Amino acid sequence: MINGPNIRTEPMTVNIGPQHPSTHGVFRLRVTFDGEEILQVEPIFGYLHRGTEKLAEERNYTQVVTLTDRLDYVSSMINNQAYCLAVEKLLGVEAPMRGKYLRTLAAELQRIAAHLMGIGFILQDLGTLGTPLMYCFRSRERILDLFEMLCGARITVSYMRPGGVFFDAPPDFWPALEQFLRDFDEEYKELGQLILENEIVMVRTRGVSYLPLEAAINGSVSGPVLRASGLGWDWRKVEPYDAYDLVEFDVPVPPYNPAGGDNYDRFWVRVQEIRQSVRIIRQCAAQIEPGPVRAAVPLVLRPEPGAEAYGRVEASKGELAFYLVSDGGISPYRCKIRSPSLLNLTVTEHLLVGWKLADMIVTLGSVDINMGEVDR
Amino acid sequence: MNCVLGPDNILYDTVLFREVYNFVGQVLPCWLSWFVAGFVIIFLLVNAVLLGAAAFSWMERRLIGKFQNRLGPNRWGPFGLFQPIADMVKLLFKEDLTPGTADKLVFLAVPVAMVAPVMLMLAVVPFAKDTALANLNVGVLYILAVTSVTSIAIFMAGWSSNNRFALFGAARGVAVLISYEVPVVVSLLGVVMLAGSMSLADVVSAQTLPFIIVQPMAFFVFVAGTAAELNRTPFDMAEAESELIAGYHTEYSGIKFAMIQAAEFGGVMAASGVIVTLFLGGWEGPAAHWLGWLWFLLKTMAVAVGFIWVRATFPRLRIDQLLALAWKFLLPVSLINLLATALEIYFLRDASGVLTRGDLGIMTGINLALMAGCVFLFGSLVREKVRPVAPGLPPGVTPVILPARESPARDLPAGETD
Repeated sequence: MINGPNIRTEPMTVNIGPQHPSTHGVFRLRVTFDGEEILQVEPIFGYLHRGTEKLAEERNYTQVVTLTDRLDYVSSMINNQAYCLAVEKLLGVEAPMRGKYLRTLAAELQRIAAHLMGIGFILQDLGTLGTPLMYCFRSRERILDLFEMLCGARITVSYMRPGGVFFDAPPDFWPALEQFLRDFDEEYKELGQLILENEIVMVRTRGVSYLPLEAAINGSVSGPVLRASGLGWDWRKVEPYDAYDLVEFDVPVPPYNPAGGDNYDRFWVRVQEIRQSVRIIRQCAAQIEPGPVRAAVPLVLRPEPGAEAYGRVEASKGELAFYLVSDGGISPYRCKIRSPSLLNLTVTEHLLVGWKLADMIVTLGSVDINMGEVDR
Repeated sequence: MNCVLGPDNILYDTVLFREVYNFVGQVLPCWLSWFVAGFVIIFLLVNAVLLGAAAFSWMERRLIGKFQNRLGPNRWGPFGLFQPIADMVKLLFKEDLTPGTADKLVFLAVPVAMVAPVMLMLAVVPFAKDTALANLNVGVLYILAVTSVTSIAIFMAGWSSNNRFALFGAARGVAVLISYEVPVVVSLLGVVMLAGSMSLADVVSAQTLPFIIVQPMAFFVFVAGTAAELNRTPFDMAEAESELIAGYHTEYSGIKFAMIQAAEFGGVMAASGVIVTLFLGGWEGPAAHWLGWLWFLLKTMAVAVGFIWVRATFPRLRIDQLLALAWKFLLPVSLINLLATALEIYFLRDASGVLTRGDLGIMTGINLALMAGCVFLFGSLVREKVRPVAPGLPPGVTPVILPARESPARDLPAGETD
């Protein structure tokens, strides 16, 4: 700050959001600027609070699936999966093999869709007019079409059920999937040409907003943001669920940097994870065998009184977990949601203070929060 | 009545004005002929800007739609051609809000201060042979002066809106405009030296070879500087939609917004026209005597499409990077270009100071080599900061997977429960 006999400057406080084009929902940051530089930042949220946890206590176990769709609404399949795993643990049942494969396949398709949106919005925040975003959306639309074939819905899918999935895939799903994977290789290459080696993307994201591994672990950060800091921690590998122990895939981790992961690393991890998801989907499609898709569970589920379970998955944004407690009734006594977006926000101050306004927007994009999940 | 404009009059060189004046002067009194001729010129100017803005807005929306796998406006008229009219009607009927805490007078003056420089800029551009609305002998200087007015308008908007995003945008806009003024002026000096005149008509007739190949570095610097002054990506600091909502015009709505937008779109067309005149041979082309206007229009459209293409593709630079680009890259390059051009002219011109087409050819070769050298030199200075991306995992990096850990049983002190 410049201060002298003839000039006096003072910091300026600006509310970024809740209505702002790049806060990814109704997120608000109260930021104090010195010119363009950030001195202080305070995240404020709760504008999208819908009481999902309380609502879950009023519905039976199967109905709660529809609530999970609306948490992180760009990765509904993975939310379904986390909740169903928790209920299965509560009941002590396991999904049949075909159900497991279908769930893995759907979850990975959803991960591609969610990462495509994440990448697209980082580039949107970088100031492209929307061309890369539309390229990402083009592929995402194809995935949503596949979901429509699976369950009739595109966003709020509610495809999975405790004990498996609701429907088997229709016969024409498999050729459509094959076609999509073939086309997606081309589209992914095209997207890579457009964005990955763009020098402006490089200079805007390299070396900006470092997140050291220690700070990430202390802040309970998970998912791509944690992996970008140099730790290959992925629940699909660490504690495999569904069919993840039957398929081969890598966990992309950028070269370890003591300063931490920067915006480009977070961006890069997502781009690489899309490739791994395609690998998983191909293996699932090759390995899947005919059989039942849902375990024999009663229509109305009544777990043992006092039973509790913690079901967790590696969602597109990090560790998503449901903690369920049963009192023997038809609905959970308590349903606690550990949402990755909320916990990834714990490092906001670490990421933003000292950087510029333009970097702040990109950093928020690289953390890839979803307000439906933050506020629940 | 018989009013005839004498050759001693300052507007004698402005052929359109002279012709109209002489024509209506046959029946009208001289003072009225002045007004009629002036009105004709203003009418043409205003409509050129507004039609240019309308055409450009349609072209931009339509083309960006194509770039983004969308259709773009296609509902009204063939290919959605009447969309600008629909836009204008919509904006006219929208509520025209003025923030309660705004500085009302300044707030109101901004749209006018935005549109006026664009119109003034077009006034000296020759659309075809002898058709510049005003054939100034200091045309290049005049254009540089007039475009600088925009920075005042941007700061007026940011200041009077009493909105912090607008203030951010205004501060950025002024910083960018002031920085980019310098390399733009220096780059144009080479063109002026080659033409031996500041009149745009003379610049056009001097281009026996288009100056884009004689002065490639000046062309690059001028286009980059123009993009910055027009707030086009990758230099759209003052608007920066994803950061500042709409930057300096965040608080503008209705007809005021429409005027600011028209000034921006018209500004691109006007700047494209200036680029064509200075670097692409203006109205020169086959049968230029009859079809000059067509060549001018086509070249202008081509340059405008270039601006659209860049906007559809590139992300935005950060403000410090943008200013660094101006001071550390564009300014040295334009100075090198100025020095080289001056030396070349000194050694190549004949006794009467005329440069032949062959001389320009020699200069082209030298300047292209110089440009390649500059790009290599500055590129190697910048590139070390940039890491290339290998497809897949980088070589030598194996995925780090930590083994699953058993969570240790917690030892609670005796007598305490969890």
